[in-house]
Amino acid sequence: MTITASYYLVLAAMIFTIGAVGVLIRRNVLVMFMCIELMLNAVNLTFVAFARQLNDIRGQAFVFFTLVVAAAEVAVGLAIIVAIFRRRRGATADDVRMLKG
Amino acid sequence: MSSHDVLDLVWLVPALPLFGALFLLLFGKRIGEPIAGWIGSLMLGLAFLVSVVMFFALRDLGAEHRQHVVDLFTWLPSGGLKVEFGFLADPLSIAFILFITSVATLIHIYSIGYMHGDPRFSRFFAYMNLFVAAMLILVLGSSFLMTFLGWEGVGLCSYLLIAFWFERASAANAGKKAFITTRIGDVGFMVAMFLIFAELGSLNYTGANGALAGALRLDSGTATAIALLLFFGAIGKSAQFPLHFWLPDAMEGPTPVSALIHAATMVTAGVFLVARAHTFFEVSGDAMTVVAWVGAGTAFLAGTVALVQPDIKRVLAYSTISQLGYMFLALGVGAYGAAIFLVITHAFFKATLFLGAGTVIHGNDDNQDMRIMGGFRKYMPYTAMAFIVAFLAIAGVPPFAGFWAKDGVLEKVFQSSEYGLWIVGLAAAILTGAYMTRQVYLTFFANERFHTPAEAHDDAPEIAELATPTIAYGDAPRTPFMHHDPHEGNGLMVGPVVLLAGLAVLGGLLDLPFQRIEFLNDWLDPVFADAHHEIAAPSFLGGVGLSVLAFGMALLGLVLGYAAYHRGLQSVDRDPFDERLGPLGRLFGHAYYYDEGISRAVDGPLRAGASWLARVFDARIIDGAVNGVGWVVRETSLGFRKLQSGFVRNYALGIVLGTAALLAYLLIWAAR
Repeated sequence: MTITASYYLVLAAMIFTIGAVGVLIRRNVLVMFMCIELMLNAVNLTFVAFARQLNDIRGQAFVFFTLVVAAAEVAVGLAIIVAIFRRRRGATADDVRMLKG
Repeated sequence: MSSHDVLDLVWLVPALPLFGALFLLLFGKRIGEPIAGWIGSLMLGLAFLVSVVMFFALRDLGAEHRQHVVDLFTWLPSGGLKVEFGFLADPLSIAFILFITSVATLIHIYSIGYMHGDPRFSRFFAYMNLFVAAMLILVLGSSFLMTFLGWEGVGLCSYLLIAFWFERASAANAGKKAFITTRIGDVGFMVAMFLIFAELGSLNYTGANGALAGALRLDSGTATAIALLLFFGAIGKSAQFPLHFWLPDAMEGPTPVSALIHAATMVTAGVFLVARAHTFFEVSGDAMTVVAWVGAGTAFLAGTVALVQPDIKRVLAYSTISQLGYMFLALGVGAYGAAIFLVITHAFFKATLFLGAGTVIHGNDDNQDMRIMGGFRKYMPYTAMAFIVAFLAIAGVPPFAGFWAKDGVLEKVFQSSEYGLWIVGLAAAILTGAYMTRQVYLTFFANERFHTPAEAHDDAPEIAELATPTIAYGDAPRTPFMHHDPHEGNGLMVGPVVLLAGLAVLGGLLDLPFQRIEFLNDWLDPVFADAHHEIAAPSFLGGVGLSVLAFGMALLGLVLGYAAYHRGLQSVDRDPFDERLGPLGRLFGHAYYYDEGISRAVDGPLRAGASWLARVFDARIIDGAVNGVGWVVRETSLGFRKLQSGFVRNYALGIVLGTAALLAYLLIWAAR
């Protein structure tokens, strides 16, 4: 049995869905954060799968950009979470809803 | 240099006073009195010299070729409408710039004496220069739009100058009144221009495709519409019925301004416009009749009003309206040369009269009430002499300029078989003689009434303390307040007045009614060569008879005035003309209640209508629409703001659903 690109794509879609559902239903900010990471990496997997299938290096190059952006996002995001945690003694996203119409 | 090269420099004529105006506006305050006045006068003197050069250059061209257009640059390049910033030198415009610059120069020099000590001395001369520059652009313009540019400039400057002493509410109001009233006429001028462009495709005067040549192709209905709209503009500027009422109020300005408005600039603009656009009036025919009757009627009615005015300047103001009526009467019968001749001679004697009146006012502590003057001849002999010369000229006594001009007009009216108009014109001539005699006797002759009565010498207020120096009809005579005799003006004031009086004597030489020496008429002939109305010259005896008749009418007026006023006023509140005319006198004095009527109409129905609009239409409909838009936006926003809940997962759900929808669209619809 040969492993074709569609296997990777299905796997990536599953990981992405898990991530998306996690962001939607979990209240804990840290968990939501990890779910976002899941979604990002699902996309990375898609990039690599297509790069391999189409024999095009650009897909892999994009992955590096995504990783860099994700790393920056983690740094900023964790800092915000720590700041919130210090003030509120908790990390529930729904508590932070002062910015509303 | 050929004549054409010289004529290329015609733009210098308006450019010199324009430069003077800008220079004085920028540096006038630093230069101060009296240099600023001399700079203003110098600019106009130079403009006059250039005008003389232009006259000789134009004369050197053959009579049929006396037309030279100078385009400086393209002013409006806009599709089908292309307007050049151009000047037209032809006999008509050169005749106008010659008398405008000469009279204006003398008025400027006079103003140096008259405005002595005024805190805004240099600004006065800047405005005066700008005024003359605008008038010169008006007459030199090569298209209707260029004329309109000068036309509006003249309107603006009249506002600035009439309201020059704007600390006085009456002066500020008079300025506004002049501006707004002439603007009403301007609407007619503008609509006429739109029509001309729509029908003929050009606003230029000259050329085969120009508006004047094109007018001949128009049907008489369109020509009548254009001509009457142009005439409506002329009515506003030249203070003819029904838009005449701004001119008497314009007396609130400094007297040299009145002289400039009445003699050289502003009011002659209407006459110029009709003369320039005469082709439209000729093609129409009906418009000519309207012009003639409006002119004759105004000449007569304004003459009656002048009979009983107590204010020295108001008499002259109504006299100007009346004389302008004569000019339009002449235009209306196609006697263009006679009309322009009257414009020029009128400039000479009316400037003399106004500057003379200015010296009188200046020399008796700003008093304008003729009822407390009298016998001034003894105290200001030169001014009195000049004033009397100008008075004989305007009354139509030979051999002074006014006689030849007015006689020419009346003769042409008679020769066109317009006997009704002719009789009205003759009647107005009687009135002219009568009101001018009254003015001269009240001011310069008869008993002295300016001595302050011993018992009330400290009660009478000085003029400077009054709300306005103008004396309206019906105002009680002022108590004499002077503690000294009236005095003659200084040399700067007397010199120009005497010079202008000389011109008022000699001006008749321009156009004596004998063949070969009708200089002005021959000069203007190429401009009006296309006129249909060929007015036959009367036989020699007929001409003499008409002249004698016209002089007889003037003499009748003089005798009437003399009989009533040669002994002056026995009591300051009893005016012989007014008493003898009875209720008619009141009607004349209030100028047929026309001004009051307009005030009442504006204050009553118009104000009520406006306040209804303000209360109902503006509040309900205009504000309703504006507030309604605000209300709708506010209500929808109140609904939409609920979307921003503050829950991160709601936003995330929105993103997911949006992405899903996009994907669905791409997969299902776009793939097809």
